[in-house]
Amino acid sequence: MQIRHKIAGGDFTRAGNVASAVKKVLQQINIDHKQSKRIVIALYEGEVNVVAHAYSGVVDIDIDSEKIKITIADKGPGISDIEKAMQEGYSTATPQVREMGFGAGMGLSNMKRNSDFMNITSIPGEGTTVELINFIKPDAN
Amino acid sequence: MNTFNQMTIRDIAGLIDGKVICCEDRLSTSVEYAFASDLMSDVLTVEKENILLITGLTNLQVIRTSEMSDINCVIVARDKKVNDDMVKLAEENNIILVESPHSVFHVSGELYKAGLKPIY
Repeated sequence: MQIRHKIAGGDFTRAGNVASAVKKVLQQINIDHKQSKRIVIALYEGEVNVVAHAYSGVVDIDIDSEKIKITIADKGPGISDIEKAMQEGYSTATPQVREMGFGAGMGLSNMKRNSDFMNITSIPGEGTTVELINFIKPDAN
Repeated sequence: MNTFNQMTIRDIAGLIDGKVICCEDRLSTSVEYAFASDLMSDVLTVEKENILLITGLTNLQVIRTSEMSDINCVIVARDKKVNDDMVKLAEENNIILVESPHSVFHVSGELYKAGLKPIY
């Protein structure tokens, strides 16, 4: 199953719409609750990152019998130092983002914690792509 | 299910002079844990189930965060008022919203005293 969603940068009223839609899909196909929660939290954090930092983004969700792969690709300023961006507490978020309850420099590390595999690639000035993979546990069915 | 140390939202609302804003039909839902934060990033790290959120933040992301974290009741403290968009999204996701005139500290103190557990 493949699903594609678009994210508009800067639109905080819609941040979370993609994660919400994906949560419903995961419930419908009976993905293990704990794993499903990890996936939607990682996706939601990723969505907030796109809204907070980028101009636009595309989320691709690819579900097969073994895993759920999510690719969040944005057009935006990119990340020049990914290692630094991964450090808890490091943030370049605007005051507006902080007012929404985010921007504490925890998003990427929380995405890593809630995924079984995470890979970030970024080209400064062009954008960032985050790949998340979560394996479907054998007790899912 | 063992209901020891669980409280219904109805009882909780009563202890904090709470005004129930939506999902009144779900007031007999019970919770075991509470977490107080204005930082949604922190809420998203909570792994426990059956949690109530106490916050002073009033925006849509409070509801979205609760949805993703399976939090089924949000107490908005400090006499803050929820907006219509929050209520609509909360109703769609069966999240009970309660406004309290008291501070986060006051609400937390009352609910801790009454037996709600901290998550750590």
